Amino acid sequence: MDVRSQVSMVFHLDKCIGCHTCSIACKNIWTDRKGAEYMWWNNVETKPGTGYPTKWENQDIYKGGWEKNGDTVSLKGAGKFKGLKNIFHNPHMPVLDDYYEPWTYKYQDLFTAPEGDDQPTARPVSLVTGEHMDVQAGPNWDDDMGGSPDYARQDVNLEKLSASEKEAMFQLERMTFHYLPRICNHCLNPACVGSCPSGALYKRGEDGIVLINQERCRAWRMCVTACPYKKSYYNWNTGKSEKCILCYPRLESGQAPACFHSCVGRIRYLGVMLYDADKIATASAAPDDRLVDAQMDIYLDPFDPEVIKQARLNGVADSTITAAQNSPVYKFVKVWKLALPLHPEFRTLPNLFYVPALLPTMATVADGVYNSTSKSLWNGVESNRLPMKYLASLFSAGDTGKVTEVMKRLMAVRLHRRGVTVGDLNAAEISQALKDVQMEPDTADAIFRLTSLATFDERFVIPPAHREESIEMLENTGDVKGNTGFGFKQKPARGL
Amino acid sequence: MTNILLFAVLPYAALAIFLVGSIYRYKNRGFSVSSISSQFLEGKTLFWGSQPFHWGLFILFFGHLIAFLFPSAVLAWNGQPVRLLILEIAAFAFGLSALLGLILLIFRRLTNRRVQIVTSKMDLVVYAILLTQIISGLLIAYHSRWGSSWFSAFLTPYLRSIFVFDPQIDAIASVTSISLKVHVISAFVLIGIIPFTRFVHFLVYPVDYLWRSYQQVIWNWSRKHIRTSRSHSEGHKSMNN
Repeated sequence: MDVRSQVSMVFHLDKCIGCHTCSIACKNIWTDRKGAEYMWWNNVETKPGTGYPTKWENQDIYKGGWEKNGDTVSLKGAGKFKGLKNIFHNPHMPVLDDYYEPWTYKYQDLFTAPEGDDQPTARPVSLVTGEHMDVQAGPNWDDDMGGSPDYARQDVNLEKLSASEKEAMFQLERMTFHYLPRICNHCLNPACVGSCPSGALYKRGEDGIVLINQERCRAWRMCVTACPYKKSYYNWNTGKSEKCILCYPRLESGQAPACFHSCVGRIRYLGVMLYDADKIATASAAPDDRLVDAQMDIYLDPFDPEVIKQARLNGVADSTITAAQNSPVYKFVKVWKLALPLHPEFRTLPNLFYVPALLPTMATVADGVYNSTSKSLWNGVESNRLPMKYLASLFSAGDTGKVTEVMKRLMAVRLHRRGVTVGDLNAAEISQALKDVQMEPDTADAIFRLTSLATFDERFVIPPAHREESIEMLENTGDVKGNTGFGFKQKPARGL
Repeated sequence: MTNILLFAVLPYAALAIFLVGSIYRYKNRGFSVSSISSQFLEGKTLFWGSQPFHWGLFILFFGHLIAFLFPSAVLAWNGQPVRLLILEIAAFAFGLSALLGLILLIFRRLTNRRVQIVTSKMDLVVYAILLTQIISGLLIAYHSRWGSSWFSAFLTPYLRSIFVFDPQIDAIASVTSISLKVHVISAFVLIGIIPFTRFVHFLVYPVDYLWRSYQQVIWNWSRKHIRTSRSHSEGHKSMNN
């Protein structure tokens, strides 16, 4: 058992209102620079939709992630042979137009335009070339399903649905969507790290954050292709790739990452997960229907004395173990089994988990009549407005059972809380719903509490970075003991 | 006098600048060592330019290196006329592919608006020197044929004399072929300007990727080692990058 600690995340999609505050917070801090204008380390997509960059989920186009190769996995579009062969031209790399051409407006023209019959306008200018441009696309161009025939219908996750199921999704009366905020998943088996020919990408041992060493990046661009989530971006100005750093300077000083901190809907949770690094290889090569279970198996119980012992032997700080025991992510993912990884079939073992949105049917339209009568309050998850097949394509590699189970648990919590707060439901129906998913009322209350009433410190349990020990990163304190201090860089040796 | 400058002083100056400059840039200006790819801004034309150009140069570079290091092996290969012909035609083809690729790359850089934005003056110098180098090389191959054979008899000794610090420039100074002289001179100029241009990217070609493990985990320090260490000065110091 090789116990390591990983800073992991949960996004609760039921609570996301799609306000993009997270994206703006991130942009203002990290990517408001030349060459980075088009990058959105944090972005919010509307699902169904094609996302950013366009159709990023379609690995037939971009060849991202790992593919199963017998008992092991290999990179789909990169790797030692393919990477070095394609180093002069990377055939699957998205280019600027696959994201969008960033622009600003010539605001000054509003003031300097000569007097005339028309209102002066601020024309858009490209942030790449500085020339006038017609805006063709943006990072959330299909926000709220805008332009559905062109975008939402192109969603890759619809492939597994039958034609009639697809049509049903796009009937005006049934049409629905949810938001999907995305940041780097800081994967356990990162494809970007595996694909980097110059070894610039690495995973930090202490907290598992995946970073790009800007001094060693040589613009071979393989990480851009290899990341199946397209969360490694190429800075065309500096000639270096960049990615989400999970605001590690903030984490190290005990603050939540900017996108987490600023989240209006409080959908984001951050905490430590202890995991067994020895299981990574087998879990990433698990068969499709076992992928989610295999990944869940990697994460360890932080209360298990054996795990604690092994973690200490591995140098995991006691404060980190405590953080793992209080981790909201551990609760959502392992204890309550409410959160699933996004596209586990990419086999990178992502550490960002999503609680899927409940989109219950509240009414039906038949013969033009709006009918809101139903046997049960929310009609059960089977008649959810987004088909289980669609959600399964997003969160469980196509396993509808897995998603249905999560939705049933979420529904049970809702029914239970409805019983507590309103009390208009049949008690037997509530207890049956809880029994179906083997959930105690206390657990349902705890889920409700962490979902709806959680304080800042409950949502973000950040392990201390132990800055008091950081001097040991630079030097062995034992070496300089006994030397005169105060500014000597070299040992104060006696002169000749 | 001119010959001494061009064939004895220039090579040493170029090699010295190359060595000192490249090491300095790698160590002190590491951030600037990049292939500064422009594929992100334009990818389609790049394919038809970059692939033939790079593979052409790649093969020719190693061809020249082998002729310099193992001239007897090349001569032995050329012992049969058919094999000589194959070698010469193949080399010429790779030269042509490099030239056509380069022309397309220059065209792309000068006409595509986005790529123009990331074009520096040094890029134009790079193009000029590469054009000179490739065209003069092709002219030699055409006018003074069977270079793979006479190279070892006459250029290898000159190049070797440079590396053993005993430059013998009489042979090279007495050649009448202008393109050959240009080829040699521009080669040394090219070597000399490597540290000041994007040429540095070929020095960091990632061969070590071949034997590295795919995943890389870097620990800031080994807590385990620090905690279990008995000596006050022991403890593994890991490089952060």
